[in-house]
Amino acid sequence: MNIVVAIKHIPSTADDLPIKGNNLDFDSLDFVLNEFDEQSIEQAVLVKEAVGGTVTVIGVDLIGELDGVLHLALAKGADKAIKITANEPGADSHQQAKWLSEAIKGLSPDLIFTGVQASNDIDGQIGPMIAAYLDLPYIGGVSSVEVAGDTATVNKEFAGGVGAKYLVNLPAVIGVQASTKPPRYAPISKVRQMAQTAKIENLEPVGEASAELTFKKMAPPVMTGHAEMLTGSSKEVAAKIVDLLKSKGLV
Amino acid sequence: MAVKFKKTTAIEIEHAVIDGVDISGHWSRMFEQRVIFEYTPELIEKVTDLPDAESFAYCYQCAKCVPVCPVDIVGDYGPRKLYKYAQTGTDLLQSPGLWLCTTCSNCLRVCPKEVNMIKIMPAAREQAILDGNFVPKELQDAFENTAKSGNPLGQPQRKRDAWAQNAGVTVPIIKDLARPVDVLWYVGSYPSYHPRGMDAASAAARIFSALGIDFAILGKEEKDDADTQRLAGEKGLFEMMSEHNIQTFNKYEWKEMVVTGPHELNAFKNEYPKYGFDRPVLHYTTFLARYLDQLKPLLKHEINLKVTYHDPCYLGRHNGEYEAPRKLLQAIPGVELVEMDRNRENGYCCGGGGGGMWMDSYTDKHIKMRLSEKRAMEAASTGVNVLAVACPFEVSRFEDAVKSTGNEHVGVLDILELLDQSMRGKQ
Repeated sequence: MNIVVAIKHIPSTADDLPIKGNNLDFDSLDFVLNEFDEQSIEQAVLVKEAVGGTVTVIGVDLIGELDGVLHLALAKGADKAIKITANEPGADSHQQAKWLSEAIKGLSPDLIFTGVQASNDIDGQIGPMIAAYLDLPYIGGVSSVEVAGDTATVNKEFAGGVGAKYLVNLPAVIGVQASTKPPRYAPISKVRQMAQTAKIENLEPVGEASAELTFKKMAPPVMTGHAEMLTGSSKEVAAKIVDLLKSKGLV
Repeated sequence: MAVKFKKTTAIEIEHAVIDGVDISGHWSRMFEQRVIFEYTPELIEKVTDLPDAESFAYCYQCAKCVPVCPVDIVGDYGPRKLYKYAQTGTDLLQSPGLWLCTTCSNCLRVCPKEVNMIKIMPAAREQAILDGNFVPKELQDAFENTAKSGNPLGQPQRKRDAWAQNAGVTVPIIKDLARPVDVLWYVGSYPSYHPRGMDAASAAARIFSALGIDFAILGKEEKDDADTQRLAGEKGLFEMMSEHNIQTFNKYEWKEMVVTGPHELNAFKNEYPKYGFDRPVLHYTTFLARYLDQLKPLLKHEINLKVTYHDPCYLGRHNGEYEAPRKLLQAIPGVELVEMDRNRENGYCCGGGGGGMWMDSYTDKHIKMRLSEKRAMEAASTGVNVLAVACPFEVSRFEDAVKSTGNEHVGVLDILELLDQSMRGKQ
């Protein structure tokens, strides 16, 4: 089974996001692997371990620092790593999906995984757009995958704790919400070994997505309220809570 | 002429009468094959085959380690038991016992055979991680945070020195000073990011400043020492971090390094030399004890408190510093220092070492109470107002523990905070 995982490098939200002009200040922030992609890499490796095959991890190198992420994926069990060297930190998911599709086309995969969404734009578009560009079926919100022959049985999660089982004809694109088992830990010694020995294939970005969206302004959200901390002994705090509830007409 | 020995065989007789006295007794079990021969050594060899873990096999089951093991005191553990379990079919590399040891080193102190859990545990854990065995989730997170962010708390590198803005004194960054300094102060991850750690860091800055010490910090270039991650089994991570840190340390000219935490002391003094770093490193208590004469006149405000001191494992047992912290506490006017029963060489572990800091919800399933809770109760039983500490892991651990054991009346303060209070008056 030829499995491809399309990953996304996104700005880290561990720190406040710096803004420059009408976009993020990409020079003064760190990039990290989208956390849903950690799940999709794990799911791909689990499928490989169950039915055999190879896992190729592919991503767009936005800032020239994707190697570290690819080494980590290799240490977790991926077999091959490819980066599309775009060096455009602000490339949106439409453009990334286009570049990824053009590159994935040449890999003739049986199964493509993506994270169901990424925490930078939260639009969940990369998976569906790759599927559209490659004319393949797509299913997202998936929390487990079992492959048998040329079909996959997947669990898809819906709101309100409802789940459904789907049979998917392969090849297909699957957006992973959570892998069947939690992502494994890759010891740093293995990651460093990969950094020394692994070869990462470089591809040029090919194709241009139609620019339907343009950035007009990026700004931090305006604070509209704040939490008030009640202080004092537990009795005093309790009395204050009672007063508050009364003043709001709740009791 | 070679002496030929005849192999002796035991003779069993029903009655033995010697000089008219009947000395018949029961047959000695010593002459029978003992149960131990039914065991296979494979699971012991699985451990002893690992580099640095051969002493696991030296155990002769004397059990001296069990009553001093802090984990056994709140659960059912102890190095002797690990050996026994391995003999009777438990694979250490896949058992919860692999993660309970805090590497406090109290077992090694009493072990007549020098079974060294401080070497065995990291080796066994490293192998378990490499084998892809179970690793507690919180510990994985701490490893990943260290690799990604440079600290186990997952805080941004850019904010490493943000605490210094509220110290009330100038905290020079060595890069900006662009000149040699006497003291490079390695602040550490918890003092840099944990709210209560920052309190101790700010106190230290004020004390150094008041003493007129020529010091600087690394600021945003400082990263975690990763020694506790090594003890928890992530040697690769430790090597990566130590390479970075040694390079950073050696970029600058300084005479000696002062560290806030005992784990950092252990890292830079005992482990980094294996990777080529060989410069003087002191814990802040050792360093400040040197300045007692200059410090005492600065301690103007009486602190009328009964204080007990908790010996951090990595300051005391691992690095032999018991007196400096006590000297500092006794220098504070009004402080009455009382000792807990378990002190100095037999100090009880707070549970944070060896990765315990990042496994509380996992270890909770295997012990009756947290080690920090046991220790908080010991402190409270001495009737003190304050439990004084000298390790950045301990403030948050003991503050939680005094609350969960109903001993909120015992305050938990770093020695730095007490010195600072005496210097400035209670703020």
